[in-house]
Amino acid sequence: MTTDRRTPLDAVHDALGATMTDFAGWRMPLRYGSERDEHTAVRTTAGLFDLTHMGEIEVTGPEAARALDHALVGFVSKIGIDRARYTMICTEEGGIVDDLIVYRLGEEHFVVVANASNADVVAGSLKYRSTDFDATVRDASEEYTLLAVQGPASTAIVGSLTDADLPALKYYAILRTEVAGVPVLLARTGYTGEDGFELFAAPDDAVALWDALLAAGKPHGLVPAGLSCRDTLRLEAGMPLYGHELTRDTTPYEANLGRVVRLDKPEDFVGREALAAAEADVRRTLVGLTSPGKRVPRAGYPVVDADSGERVGEVTSGAPSPTLGMPIAMAYVASERAEPGTRLAVDIRGKAEPVDVVALPFYKRG
Amino acid sequence: MHAPQHLRYSKEHEWLDEAASPAVVGITAHAAEALGDVVFVELPEVGRAVVAGEPCGELESTKSVSDMYAPVSGEVVEINDAVVEDPALVNSDPFGAGWLFKVRIDGEAEGLLSADEYAAFCGE
Repeated sequence: MTTDRRTPLDAVHDALGATMTDFAGWRMPLRYGSERDEHTAVRTTAGLFDLTHMGEIEVTGPEAARALDHALVGFVSKIGIDRARYTMICTEEGGIVDDLIVYRLGEEHFVVVANASNADVVAGSLKYRSTDFDATVRDASEEYTLLAVQGPASTAIVGSLTDADLPALKYYAILRTEVAGVPVLLARTGYTGEDGFELFAAPDDAVALWDALLAAGKPHGLVPAGLSCRDTLRLEAGMPLYGHELTRDTTPYEANLGRVVRLDKPEDFVGREALAAAEADVRRTLVGLTSPGKRVPRAGYPVVDADSGERVGEVTSGAPSPTLGMPIAMAYVASERAEPGTRLAVDIRGKAEPVDVVALPFYKRG
Repeated sequence: MHAPQHLRYSKEHEWLDEAASPAVVGITAHAAEALGDVVFVELPEVGRAVVAGEPCGELESTKSVSDMYAPVSGEVVEINDAVVEDPALVNSDPFGAGWLFKVRIDGEAEGLLSADEYAAFCGE
């Protein structure tokens, strides 16, 4: 894949000395200095992320809610105005096409945020699945830049740049306001396990908004943060990543996310039949693993029985946890091995290293 | 790019200090930067014979695992216990406190680059 898409902050990242990487065709910052320092800043003060690669799909019209009820596994018409919901789009067979955040901006106005690698597929599927409804689906990704301020100092930082009543803004709520004089959609959402905000703005305002947040955040210890620490933060928080924990070959039930599937919705939705069957027959389960050793279980490594060496699962994500100071991983294992406290092993390049099944998340903010 | 003149370099980004006795091996600042934060180092055991161009250990960073290659053939005579205890030394001082192991060289070191050649090889 070629890296041909650049965010409006591309030159800013270069000026900050970022190590850049290709991510789903986008040139994105991996880290600016030490990814561990960025991780620690998000846990203790705050980090500033450029997430412009995420896809934004607008769904509008009198039947926008009904169309999304049909297209997604969640009960979208139950979402209150100015609120958000974590949901998924599944195949007819119940496999996960993508995990999504749906923001409801009005009675007939939704913004669906998709992962960068899936934005086109999700936009196409939503269009196709909406054809029988009075609703318009439009890929609006080009119209938004997305920044995130994450960490315990985020309210103080963003609050210093806006008149909005941030303490009143609930988790998974969104409002239209101005931050540093820039019109934004300001949401209390994130992917790090910390309190924080996501700011949707016009691409032309990206640099001004970034600079204002960075300057306002400096006294609070805010640092620019890249995709590398975003991955260790979300892993510690037990949050799944598309392409790792979530794929077309996994169901929400296997991923311990059965709660997002609303089989109680009155009308039919894509995947309902397969998902109802999947709920009744969960053979493998997503678990957390910790290792007392130093070597890290990584995606694709086999999980094996500690005694017999029999293969019982596979690691989906793994990293050294900066907060816990030990290797952590998520893995699918046979459901009878999923109980916290179970001792298993991971085949790390030919050597079986012991691991323990633990409850997710690994880290929860205090 | 920082690459001390008195060292020689492999295309796998190890450096070799031949003038020291015994010779010292580490990885370059360029490699340390590319790896990101190193969190685990597995060094060859003392007494082991290593072969130029062949893997002799592992460097694990947040995002990846890389083989460590021997830049020269010989016998490992000492390893840097400090870097095993604190792998971050590879990032903070790759040409100094972050050295990896010492080796008694068999014959001649071959095919290694000068500092200028290495900088050119890295495209800088």
